[in-house]
Amino acid sequence: MFEDFQFFVEVLISGLLTGILYSLVAIGFVLIYKASNVFNFAQGAMVLFAATTLVGISGFGLNIWFSALLTIPVMALLAYLVEILILRRMVNSTPISMFMATIGLSFVLLGLTQLIWGSGVHLLEFGLPSGQFIVGDVFINQFDLSVAAICAILVAGLVIFFQHTKVGLSLRAVAEDHQAAVSVGVSLSKVWVIVWFIAGIVCLVTGMVWGAKLGVQPALNLIALKALPVIVLGGLTSIPGAIVGGLIIGASEKLFEVFLGSAFGGATESWVPYVVAILFLLVKPSGLFGSTQIGRI
Amino acid sequence: MNASEFPTPPLPTPPLPTNDASIRQALVAVQGVSLSFGGNTVLSNVDLNVRSGEIYSIIGPNGAGKTSLLNCINGFYKPTAGRISFDDKDMSRLSVSRLARMGVARTFQNLALFRDLSTIDNLLLGRNLMMKTSFAQAAWYWGATRNEELNHRAAVEETVHLLQLAGVRDATVGRLSYGTQKRIEFGRALASRPKLILLDEPMAGMTQVEKSEMSAFIRTANKLLDVTVILIEHDVGIIMDLSDRIAVLDRGVKIAEGSPRQISTDESVIAAYLGTDH
Amino acid sequence: MLYRIARRLPSSHSDSLRIIARKEDRAIALVAGLFILLVVPAIAGDYVLSALLIPFLILSIAAIGLNLVMGYAGQASLGTGGFMAVGAYTSYKLATNIPEIPIVLDFFLGGLAAALAGILFGLPSLRLKAFYLAISTLAFQFFAEWLFSKVSWFWNDNASGVVSIPAFDVLGITIEGPRQSYYLVCAIVAIMTLAAVNLMRSHVGRRWMAIRDNETAARLMGISVPAAKLQAFAISSFYCGVAGALWSFVYLKTLGVSSYSIDISFKIIFMIVIGGMGTILGSFIGAAFVLLMPVVLNAVTVALSLPIDTGSVSSLEQIFFGVLVIYFVLVEPRGIMHLLGKLHKKLVSWPLNIGR
Repeated sequence: MFEDFQFFVEVLISGLLTGILYSLVAIGFVLIYKASNVFNFAQGAMVLFAATTLVGISGFGLNIWFSALLTIPVMALLAYLVEILILRRMVNSTPISMFMATIGLSFVLLGLTQLIWGSGVHLLEFGLPSGQFIVGDVFINQFDLSVAAICAILVAGLVIFFQHTKVGLSLRAVAEDHQAAVSVGVSLSKVWVIVWFIAGIVCLVTGMVWGAKLGVQPALNLIALKALPVIVLGGLTSIPGAIVGGLIIGASEKLFEVFLGSAFGGATESWVPYVVAILFLLVKPSGLFGSTQIGRI
Repeated sequence: MNASEFPTPPLPTPPLPTNDASIRQALVAVQGVSLSFGGNTVLSNVDLNVRSGEIYSIIGPNGAGKTSLLNCINGFYKPTAGRISFDDKDMSRLSVSRLARMGVARTFQNLALFRDLSTIDNLLLGRNLMMKTSFAQAAWYWGATRNEELNHRAAVEETVHLLQLAGVRDATVGRLSYGTQKRIEFGRALASRPKLILLDEPMAGMTQVEKSEMSAFIRTANKLLDVTVILIEHDVGIIMDLSDRIAVLDRGVKIAEGSPRQISTDESVIAAYLGTDH
Repeated sequence: MLYRIARRLPSSHSDSLRIIARKEDRAIALVAGLFILLVVPAIAGDYVLSALLIPFLILSIAAIGLNLVMGYAGQASLGTGGFMAVGAYTSYKLATNIPEIPIVLDFFLGGLAAALAGILFGLPSLRLKAFYLAISTLAFQFFAEWLFSKVSWFWNDNASGVVSIPAFDVLGITIEGPRQSYYLVCAIVAIMTLAAVNLMRSHVGRRWMAIRDNETAARLMGISVPAAKLQAFAISSFYCGVAGALWSFVYLKTLGVSSYSIDISFKIIFMIVIGGMGTILGSFIGAAFVLLMPVVLNAVTVALSLPIDTGSVSSLEQIFFGVLVIYFVLVEPRGIMHLLGKLHKKLVSWPLNIGR
């Protein structure tokens, strides 16, 4: 019985730590949704694009950190192009057509990534520890723990940026009310570029961490789609929601797979997160931390 | 349409068990209706009686609760307290589509048309409830469904004619001018041949010419099709001209009710509009 | 140029209810129909029939299906591949275990099974909007992929996950050559297209479009929004299910879950976005475009003997389709159909429109 419990805790912890990886992608989603009202299906493709670009640049014999630094302007360029080519033309589009446009964007990014850097699996190694240590009777991966630390640093950085800079203030204003923000002189285009750029950086960090765990490969795109149930669960507009949602999804998919998966034939992680999210939504349509809106007629 | 369709002056109604004349004649009776969202009181203890066949206007400053009252009458909101009856049946708990079935139609302050459909399709949707052929018949189309479409098409053409919409019959409504869209929305409500029609600012944003056209349309519909009208409008000149009776709402409370002449001299109304303390 | 549209306005209500309003256009459609039935199978080679036309027709059915729920009823769906899989596996189970059932009925029942799945996974649409719904259909897609790859009962416990389809006959004729397959598919496509066109010009389609354009107003018209949405999901999934069954039985001749992956869901989304959301004909045009483009791209690279490997060609294809989808969504939301409509208008008023 006690060993069972210990095993349960280990599975739970490893699930929670995988969940943090989902949270990372979900944070990018939420940033973009808040600022531009776009449900960005291309988030996974952006993660892959960032990670592959990083690997590609380091392929020229450059240090991994220096390559990461060089990837940042690439993500800025991407944000800029997305703004002038897509966002600015979508002002009056319906949410669903914006969603479709981001499906298009994800194909463009996947195609570009594979065209430029090929579709092989690349290893990414930047010195995250790989050992294990023991707390009580529970094994914990140092890798997973450092991922949690990175996530914490990233979120702290975002919070500081949004709360304590002038740009952050205008971003929050836009998230609150587009028209009001525009009327007090905030430039929407500028805000969009910045937010997509920040989301791009989040993608880069996510891509690095994930690449270190699984290798950089096109499958990352589909794995990153797990962030969809995460934000659905957490509420589209909430960063805490993205984090908690990620933890819940990570933990529940692992627990389900380990304890019930064999009864279902295994490999249930592909759909369990979605089902969890949808069942939850049916109970609370606005998600964990999303705001409920009173319908006005 | 021939002259006999014009209504004759109302005959004295036969005496009914009750002595209260306003209830006896009422098509819509709003009794002590209150509505609040959270702690926010939108309507408090409102009573209205709308008689069959009249044009009844609701006026009042912004935020007085006029639209909320219409929303209660056609079932979008459920009143927190009070009772609304229609044709002597309690309807304060009925759903929007149930009320539509009973003959309540509605237009909106900010247009609620089907933007990507043509004028004719919008009007046909007004008659949606009368289309009864089955799914299988629709898939086969020829026969029952086609006949049904033809009949409704002919009926809708009457509305097209009445509201002079022939020129935009097949146009996508989202691309038409605001005034025309308002007219189409009125037409869609009329197409169902309702007993009661709720018009929420049908003339907002219109030019003076369009406004007088619209009030002529409303009057024609009221007389010719015998439809009772409840109307919200800001243009007091038009209201005075068009309405049989007027109610004035201020901050969720009915402060006056009566004929246009009575309202225009009512002191509390003047106070509410001019912002004098009361 | 072709003919004048002046004084060709409908002169009665019954005129305006026709599928194709103008006499001249009806003549063109008739000629096209005869061409498809008589001339095409006579002149087309086996390759063209079995590698281009048959998949084109089958995916057109799926595109019509998706267009019904997405283009007409306005409910996003990323689960087309999953619904196709339900149709295919149901038909396979029926065809192999109860061979007495005529194969066309198997396809029909496969469609019905998909319709049931559509209703089940359309249920969230009653409470969820736009993206949320898209996510729930994505959930169905992944669930279906998992189900049909894990539960070997669905492919009669064969050792391999990809099974071959037994030969079958229709009305006593064994369907083997590409010509017979072509006629079979043509017949099914014709019936299903006609039904879709009829539904969409009747009150059924009008209700769906009303919900798409304004759900609140639709309720006000007395439309039962939940029922209409589920109906749209059911009919759409029925079409996808039949298409999925045909995809295995007539085109691939094998059945494996990888033919119904999320890739095909996206492919069919591209078809309707490019061809034209909310038009039946657009589904065909989109299907033709999406299927032919890779062939053309390949031919171009070969003809110009460009030094591009196949991997790069497929990446280019992805980029190309991505760009097209963005273009059509942003600039021409009614797709190629609308472009053709504009062209048609120009042609019939030529030469009076020169300079405009």
